[in-house]
This record gives sequence, structure tokens and C-alpha cells, in this order.
Amino acid sequence: MQESCADWRGIMACGYNGRMHALSVQNLTKTYRNGVQALKGIDLAVEEGDFFAMLGPNGAGKTTLIGIVTSLVNKSGGAVSVLGYDIDRDLDRAKSLIGIVPQEINFNMFESPETIVVNQAGFYGVERSVARVRAEKYLKQLQLWDKRKGMARALSGGMKRRLMIARALMHEPRLLILDEPTAGVDIEIRRSMWDFLRQINQQGTTIILTTHYLEEAENLCRNIAIIDGGRIIESDRMSNLLRRLHTESFVLTLRNPLAFAPTLDGYPLKRIDDHTLEVEVSKEQNLNDIFARLSAQGVEVLSMRNKVNRLEEMFMRLVENRQA
Amino acid sequence: MSNAQQTLSSIRWVGLRTILIREYGRIIRIWGQTLVPPAVTTTLYFVIFGSLVGRRIGEMGGFDYRAFIAPGLIMMAVITNSYGNVVSSFFGAKFGKHIEELLVSPLPSWVIILGYVGGGLMRGLMVGGVVTVVALIFAKLHVYHLGLIIAAVVLTSLVFSLAGLLNAIFAKNFDQVNWIPSFVLTPLTYFGGVFYSVSLLPGWAKQVSMANPILHMVNAFRYGFLGTSDVNVGVAFAIMIGCVAVLFAVAMVLLTRGTGIRD
Repeated sequence: MQESCADWRGIMACGYNGRMHALSVQNLTKTYRNGVQALKGIDLAVEEGDFFAMLGPNGAGKTTLIGIVTSLVNKSGGAVSVLGYDIDRDLDRAKSLIGIVPQEINFNMFESPETIVVNQAGFYGVERSVARVRAEKYLKQLQLWDKRKGMARALSGGMKRRLMIARALMHEPRLLILDEPTAGVDIEIRRSMWDFLRQINQQGTTIILTTHYLEEAENLCRNIAIIDGGRIIESDRMSNLLRRLHTESFVLTLRNPLAFAPTLDGYPLKRIDDHTLEVEVSKEQNLNDIFARLSAQGVEVLSMRNKVNRLEEMFMRLVENRQA
Repeated sequence: MSNAQQTLSSIRWVGLRTILIREYGRIIRIWGQTLVPPAVTTTLYFVIFGSLVGRRIGEMGGFDYRAFIAPGLIMMAVITNSYGNVVSSFFGAKFGKHIEELLVSPLPSWVIILGYVGGGLMRGLMVGGVVTVVALIFAKLHVYHLGLIIAAVVLTSLVFSLAGLLNAIFAKNFDQVNWIPSFVLTPLTYFGGVFYSVSLLPGWAKQVSMANPILHMVNAFRYGFLGTSDVNVGVAFAIMIGCVAVLFAVAMVLLTRGTGIRD
């Protein structure tokens, strides 16, 4: 039975604003047979319609968490509900609302892309006539339509990843979980996948994304949880998290060569080579001031970029703090 | 209709049909591995055992030897192919990880079992049909009771499809997929009265043979053709129905628990 926000059983399944949680996880634990404790009491809530990032180093427990939600891994303790359906009581109904793009390729390499997606729709109760129409829609959107008839093993790595996205969308899930969907995909295809996922999210599908490309999470996601050692070590809005970053490092490319780094009071400045400077800027300082003072010293800046992705810097600090 | 509105029973029905269509597609796609070899093997059995050796044997159980072995050969093909279809399809899906397509779907264990067992049944019956056609070239087949023939072949195919599923659930590598067919199934089939009547055996061997379920299946099937059997046909059907019930229950427990497929 689906929990409702107006119902006492539904309290954990809903957010403070009365909206249903797409995913609600309480005190989730998992200990594997070999004794490895992969999850040590995870609490997590993802609002319906959100684009949610789940980050963490390798072995942090992300894939175990996703495995439990999709029933590929049996949990040791705790509770999980998907759009109000508890996986202990209404597993089949909960699973009917989830689309999953796993980390590893897991379709039959000897079947055609069209057969793979049409069959997958069938496993979710979509009639074949409807599935064929959807297959055309999603295979075209993901630029796989021309490849629909050949064997899936002949597809390139990027195409295989896109096929898994098409497959996950065939039953039009309300919650789409993507476990490193762009791993090993070239930048052009990655960007087109980002546009596609944004579009899907704007149409109302809640998306949970795990990725090692932090630029991807920063670009796409509104909320974020960082998981490490089987625990959530941070969960916040992306903007709030990035605001907590006190300093940022920028790399400046200069028009003319410099023999030594100029001195700017209050700004640690480092000369990398004769055309490159690196400067550290805190939240209280501003870039206009740096440009004005460099210009006054006759230093002309051609371009500027972040030394490290902001989320990457925050991520590293949180993980390192925890390890310390 | 979105999934949230669709009833679970309609999801299950479409899901079951999809698994059956996929299994049928697999049997047809690799017809050179699924449908042709049994026809070739049966032809060889009929040529060597039926025509060459059989001519010297004369009659078995009061019937022409070729007519006597035909039901056994059909049943042997049904057993091997029902088992082989499910064990290779399910283990292949496990090995290639595409079993996860079904595990993450809203289909309960019993639908997945019915889908794979239905695939085994389809192949068993298709191969049974092919072998019957070959048998008709070499032997004159009587039909004593069509209903019993159909019941025996369907139940036997179900038993070995379920057994193949259990083998695939436990198997961790391709060796373990081949162990049971090579070291259990083949000897039991050859000692299951396919080529001879157990009435020819000495007392102790006859008693041991009675513990072999394949002997009962082959004889129940032969009874449908010839109207004669070495075993009590009622007991044979009870054994088949019992095996189906027990193996289905075990498969349900294992699949629901996630043995061999879930962490």
C-alpha cells in the first residue's frame, strides 16, 4: 500500500513541504557475508522531481545503496521506500517506478538494441505495440536508431551506455537512477547526454546520479549527498555546499612573459611559468581588484580558469577531513 | 497507461509473455544448436540401434524394436533439451549479467520461473515434434492414448526444465553447468528403459531401476503409444507431479532468497 503525506505511515516518505519523497532511506545497513560493512546506517531523502548527486570515493557504498533500492542486493537492516512504496511491503510496485542504469554493461550482447529495449519494457508490463513506439522515440533521441538491428556487442562503449539509458526509460519511470552513466564516454557525447538528462528531469522524472566526474554533478544536480565509508558525510543543496568553500584557486594566462611573480598584498600569487600565474582568492575578496592591480603593474591577463573544479575541491576536503 | 496505474497482475502477464517470446526467439535464433542436433542424433540411433542392431533383436516387449525405442528416443530428446534450454539460458543470463534486467523489474520470482520453465517446455515440445517426425520415417507409431502421451511429455519437460533452472541457479561456472547432464542425466536416461524393457534385467537390477524417475517417465510415455509399461502408470504420473511441485517450491525459495544471483 502506498504511503500518503497525510497519513501517519507516510511521515518518513514525505518532505517538509508535503511533497512525496522519490526515495526515502532510513538507517540502512548492509554487511556482506565476508564481514564487510558496506553501509553503516544511511539516512537519505530525495524529493520528487529532484536531480540528485550521490558522490563518494570507490568502495564508499554508493553501488550497494543503489543495489538495495533496486533489489539486486539484500539489505541487512533499515527501511527504504520509493515514492511512498516500502520495499519490504510493496517491492514489486516500488520497482515498477524505478529505472536503473547500472555501472556495468548488463544487456545480452547477442540481441539487437531494439529487442533489448522492447523486452525490457515488457518486463515492466508495457505492451509490445507501445514498446515499439517508445523504442523508436528513445533510440532516436539517443542516436541509436541506425544501430537498432545489429548485435549489441558491435556497439561502441558510448553507444552501449546510451543503450542502457534508453532501456531504463522504456517504462517511463518516475525515478531514474544512473550509476556512473558517462564513464568512459567522450566529452561530446557526455555533453549531449547531459542535455538529454536535463530534459528528462524537466519533464518530471526524479534523477539520482552517481559519478566520478564532479563537473558533471555540479552542472546537473541541485542537491547532493557525499557518502564515504558507508555513511553520509554531507547532504545539502549543491549551492549551499559550494558556498562553504572558503577559497578558490585560479590559473591566469598572461599575454606577455614574466620573469618573476608580481606582488599583490593579500593575494597569494605563484608563478607557474613565464606565461602563467596561480592566485588564491577567498570569499571576502574579489577578482576585479586582482585584475585592476595586475593591470596597474602592466600585467595583461588573457584568460582565466579554476585550478580545480569547485565541487572536486569541496569533495576532497570533506573526504580528507573524515579520514583525518 | 503509466506503471503507477497499471495493475500488478497485468504487469505480470505482459512480463511473462515477454520472457516466453524472448525464449522462443532464442530457440529459433540458434536453431542450428537447438532443433537440428536432436534430429541428427535420433536418425543415427534409428539407423544403428533400430535398423542395423534392431533387426537382430527382433521384438521387445511384444513390439517391433524400432516401435519400442521410438517413444524412449523422443523422451530422451525432450529431457535433454528441456534441461539444456533452461540451464544454458538462465546461466548465460547470470554470466552475462542480463539476469539483472529481470531482477530489477517488478516481476516476482514465480513469473520468472514460469517464463524460463515455459522456454524449456517450448524447446522440449519442439524437439519432441522434430524427433517424432524422424521416428515416423523409421517406425510405425501406434497411438494408444493421446491424452497420456501429451500429459507425460509435458510433465517430463516441466520436471527437467525446473531441474535445469536449479542447476543454473547454483552453477558458478560453465563446468558446473555440464556436470549434471554428463554425470547424472545421461546415465539415468540410458538406464531409464529407453532401449530395453526392465523385464530383461535380473531382480536386483530391476529393483534399482525402479528408483530411477526417468524409467517411470519413459514408460508412462511409451504406455501412451503402445499400451504397455514396465511400471505402474499411475505411480509414474504421481512421481512426475510430485517432482514438479517439489522442484518448483525449491526454485521459488532459492530465487526469492536470491541464492546465486543476489548479494
